[in-house]
Amino acid sequence: MFNMTKNVVANLFAKSSTRLYPFAVRGHFEGFRGTLHINIDECIFCRTCMIKCPSQCIAVDNKAGTWTCEAMSCVYCGVCVDVCPTGCLSMSKEHRPVATEKQTMAYQGVPKKKKKEAAE
Amino acid sequence: MLETIPLSLDQVAAVAKECFDDGWRQVTMSAVDCGEAGFEILYHYDKDLVMKHYRLSIPKETVVPSISPVYFCALLIENEIRDQFGICFSDIVLDFGGALYLEAEVRAMPFCKVSVAEKQS
Amino acid sequence: MARTILPFGPQHPVLPEPLHLKLTIEDETVVEALPTLGYVHRGLEKLCEVRDFNQMIQIVERVCGICSCLHALCYCEGVEQIMGVEVPRRAKYLRTIWGELHRVHSHLLWLGLFADAFGFESLFMQFWRVRERIMDIMEATCGNRVVVSVNVIGGVRRDLTPEQCAWIEQEVAIAEKEIRQLTSTILNDYTVKKRCCGKGVLTKDQAYQLGAVGPMLRGSGWAQDARQTGYAAFGELGFEPIVEFDGDCYARSAVRFRETLQSLDLVRLAIARMPAGETATNVGGAGDDDTPQVIGGKRGDIMQAYNRDKSHRVVAAPPPNLDIPAGAIAAKVKGKPQGEAVTRVEQPRGELMYYLKADGSKHMDRVRIRTPTFANIPPLLAMLPGCELADVPVIVLSIDPCISCTER
Repeated sequence: MFNMTKNVVANLFAKSSTRLYPFAVRGHFEGFRGTLHINIDECIFCRTCMIKCPSQCIAVDNKAGTWTCEAMSCVYCGVCVDVCPTGCLSMSKEHRPVATEKQTMAYQGVPKKKKKEAAE
Repeated sequence: MLETIPLSLDQVAAVAKECFDDGWRQVTMSAVDCGEAGFEILYHYDKDLVMKHYRLSIPKETVVPSISPVYFCALLIENEIRDQFGICFSDIVLDFGGALYLEAEVRAMPFCKVSVAEKQS
Repeated sequence: MARTILPFGPQHPVLPEPLHLKLTIEDETVVEALPTLGYVHRGLEKLCEVRDFNQMIQIVERVCGICSCLHALCYCEGVEQIMGVEVPRRAKYLRTIWGELHRVHSHLLWLGLFADAFGFESLFMQFWRVRERIMDIMEATCGNRVVVSVNVIGGVRRDLTPEQCAWIEQEVAIAEKEIRQLTSTILNDYTVKKRCCGKGVLTKDQAYQLGAVGPMLRGSGWAQDARQTGYAAFGELGFEPIVEFDGDCYARSAVRFRETLQSLDLVRLAIARMPAGETATNVGGAGDDDTPQVIGGKRGDIMQAYNRDKSHRVVAAPPPNLDIPAGAIAAKVKGKPQGEAVTRVEQPRGELMYYLKADGSKHMDRVRIRTPTFANIPPLLAMLPGCELADVPVIVLSIDPCISCTER
């Protein structure tokens, strides 16, 4: 009984233990793997991310210069970010927005010419 | 490298009984598909955090004597191996007949290496 | 007396995952129980034939949604054993810290669900509120809340800064205080004791012979814990398993409750003893030390980080076929595994065993995962006969069933 009274009093004066959601949003910590981004201008289409991706959600075409990612298949492990040789992939801490259908992230870049062609 | 004790088909039940009486806990059994060579079944036992492994090599289509009369807990493992590899065990305490995971009418063994896995470029 | 067969599950309020039990009952007493599995079988073991052995880390993490870190840890230790890689000491400690945090959050989750199973909703909320602190630590230090993906072959992908360590210690202290406040409720409350004491008794001999693992085994009086084998940094931390002797649902929940507090202690101990000689840049063999210039940086920075890493990296000896394309830093793990290994770690639910076989190609030959729930189902079948139907949910939950684990 005494315990109970103590708890009741403590709870009456304690702060709310939940957030008032639409007004107080939790946010994410630094370093949270929320969304995958690519800086397509720096991408060299080496296909490393495509080969290393455990869920095989990335498709790279080095001839056409396209980079696509099935956003719904991505497991946000960050392996592609680690292996990218140019550091053009990055992860931001915000989630992708809610969507009503499956989305594909598609980017078109300029395929890199071979060294010989570039020199000419 | 893993140290294993070779085991022959007729010793399976006797060795299990020996281990049981000696106070070994059965950890699990692992079946490995060795392609042409058939299957390997590894019996893992544990006692005071030390493990010992028996290796049984069998050609395909062999019926292996079950150790579930000795170690009751082997029944799930043996039924699972039956489901995944199609290795039959005789006298399982509770025989699901290949329908532990699968529905009774499904008859394909998903774990057998029927085709060689496609290599990524 | 007439017998009735009652289906229990696959959808049942107490079951977070689909386990189906065919209960043969006489009046209100269970006579026989038969399990049916296969609702969440995903064939993850089979995937080792099409994914390379580095990708398997992320795949084995998804065997279980709760203790993912320990699956990856077990797998990585196995591959390291095959390849003869010695992990830096700091990485071992980091693995320990994350592994123990996983145990804490899993046990808190279970304690909440267990309270919910006998209708104690408020206690459920209280436990999950504490758990949220642990989840925050995960998110801030690993980048994800549950499937943390920090283990790689040869080390860990992230490091803890001193500020993060201090913050973790602070959070852990608050979590411990909050858990201690719940002690009297979960262990001494009249309702809880009435529902748990003497229910689902598993005797000492039965537990061992039926191959029970983890809190099931320790709740029945066996002081056996895979952490005693000294994987990761447990060899250096000094560890005593927690044992209860009654073998009933109450003993098992007491084991888990006390382990939660013990794991928090282990986290603190590991942080305190984490070797400082090796600084953050030297952690792990896998390159990423979580400094911003590595993650979002330019090629030069990465090459620098990579070269820095190479200095202390132990490559498998003798290295088999090295086929790293020139200039690609992607192949952080040199060589391919060849051989067999058996590794064990202690998951929150019990001992987890991996049998790995590699044939020197980039795919593993066989990845056999023996999850703790798989080993705990035969004891469950032995406990159920003789109990009352109303106790079945509590008994089923007391093995902490993780069916995704079981079926893989």
